[in-house]
Amino acid sequence: MPADLLEFEEPVGVLLKEIEALSMLPRTPERERSIETLRSRADEIRTEIFANLTAWQRVLVARHPNRPNTLDYVERLFTGWDELHGDRRFADDHAIVCGTAEYRGRPVAIVGHQKGRDTKQKIFRNFGYARPEGYRKALRVMQMAQKFGRPILVFIDTPAAYPGVESEERGVAEAIAFNLREMMMLEVPIIVTVCGEGGSGGALGIAIGDRVLMQEFSVYSVIPPEGCAAILWRDSNRKVEAAEALRITAPDLMALGLIDGIVPEPSGGAHNDYDTASALVDQAISASLDEVSALSVPERLDARYEKFRRMGEEGLGFMDLDKPEPPQAP
Amino acid sequence: MAWFKKVRKPIEPPPDKSRVPEGLWVKCPACGQAIYNKDLAASLNVCAKCGHHLRLSATERLRTLFDGEWVEHDSGLASTDPLQFTDTKPYRTRLDASIIATGLKDAVITATGRIGGVECAVAAMEYGFIGGSMGVVVGEKITRVIERAIAARIPVVIVSCSGGARMMEGTLSLMQMAKISAALARLDRARLPYISILTDPTTGGVTASFAMLGDVNIAEPRALIGFAGPRVIEQTIRQKLPEGFQRSEFLVEHGMLDLVVDRRELKDVLVRVLRFGGAGLAAPEPAPAVAEPQPPSEAPA
Repeated sequence: MPADLLEFEEPVGVLLKEIEALSMLPRTPERERSIETLRSRADEIRTEIFANLTAWQRVLVARHPNRPNTLDYVERLFTGWDELHGDRRFADDHAIVCGTAEYRGRPVAIVGHQKGRDTKQKIFRNFGYARPEGYRKALRVMQMAQKFGRPILVFIDTPAAYPGVESEERGVAEAIAFNLREMMMLEVPIIVTVCGEGGSGGALGIAIGDRVLMQEFSVYSVIPPEGCAAILWRDSNRKVEAAEALRITAPDLMALGLIDGIVPEPSGGAHNDYDTASALVDQAISASLDEVSALSVPERLDARYEKFRRMGEEGLGFMDLDKPEPPQAP
Repeated sequence: MAWFKKVRKPIEPPPDKSRVPEGLWVKCPACGQAIYNKDLAASLNVCAKCGHHLRLSATERLRTLFDGEWVEHDSGLASTDPLQFTDTKPYRTRLDASIIATGLKDAVITATGRIGGVECAVAAMEYGFIGGSMGVVVGEKITRVIERAIAARIPVVIVSCSGGARMMEGTLSLMQMAKISAALARLDRARLPYISILTDPTTGGVTASFAMLGDVNIAEPRALIGFAGPRVIEQTIRQKLPEGFQRSEFLVEHGMLDLVVDRRELKDVLVRVLRFGGAGLAAPEPAPAVAEPQPPSEAPA
């Protein structure tokens, strides 16, 4: 267990070690009681640590190798899951999973990134870096959902779209761009949940929705903090500052009006308790889905458009006093 | 403190090569040919000897496309530095320096005017403004000009020249990709033409949104066009990239572009594409100086 702890959780680790040592000894009621006390202390400390995470620490939680991923949520929230493969153009991308299932007795389409946990899986999933065929597969399945009037639930967890030669050759930029435009016009409800890393265009390429929710400790950024630090500070070790400056945490993005809700996580992050994490995600998705489903198609599309249309308004100002738009001489 | 500390300079807009310099002669960066500046301007900043396309500023670009005068829109929109972003220096300082250097408030000019007699909405990006990067102002101006085009039922032309989304506005910049694509979705459903012109360089979030969404995607020769930057890809694959990778000719070969067109012929091609898109059908052929947008042409004659 302590192997899974992040560096800043060290105080918790100390207690956990103590608990472990005690539980090796023969059990006595007294010992049981002290283990219990230690356990609740550990929980308390953990809650306190997680209440005050810095942006960079949140990045570490969002990237935690045990963080529940799309298929973990599929397993807990849905029944009758059938994975659908391939973009019918080139290949099946393993970094994005798509499929159909029932959610609370209602057929839905599911699309989400999948990073993989052990080394073998990570390689199979390309570490969650999707290639163009992943985005094209996602759109294919989403368009099928539209055809049959089924809502779409999306889970986001990717470092970025795959930056490789074949990605460029097969037009990853076009695949993402096309998804942005077409998802905007899909008539069925779309609920997006950022459950880990929202990595730039690679995330946005399947993240257009009527509601975009973020789990408490997930992040959503235009560039990974390391990349930003390498470019702007010329030093990727300045990632901690970059993470802070980029404002990538769920509360930051809520304040900027870029997401619609924050899904709370269990104490110590979603990876500490999959079932509680899933139940919280379930509540949030279900409430959002009900709200959005109540709208007519034109209302929903207008609301979706307006939502994205307003993004960035608070960054706009006027500096112009010199000329009220006169015609320009060529 | 080391004696030989490498001076690290943060990214700055590179000196704008396209601006006609004070000297009378300009050296072509590709072939080294000295070109008389008036000749260079006359050939739209294309080297007569080797055909190298030197970068154009946004204003120069509009001049090459429009028939005559144009009306600029939302020229006063400027970024308020919504994240109060500071790296090695405050973003505010970078903004102010770019405003002084380019005379623009942000990295795009949006305008309406006539191209081959057809009233069009045009956005031209300015590389000299923080690498042509897309923040909230670029997002808003382009979205507005597209909405204006939908209302007036006129075509949209966007000339991209950008390193991608602007880091200093964080996730707000990322969302501009979604916002512009949303407006383009409406333009598309309104059956109005959108021509995307990709110039050197067009990368990152700009490529992964509006630059790739044209009904017709036209690039200038040898322009760098891609999603991930070449250095990032080299780091991923740990190999040197082949010559010509992510250039216009590479993209057309891989099916991502419709055409690669020399800047000196670009306008003629554009006019033909616009005509195919039904633009200006309602307008009298050799357009007289009518300043108003044409009435809706829902039912073509």
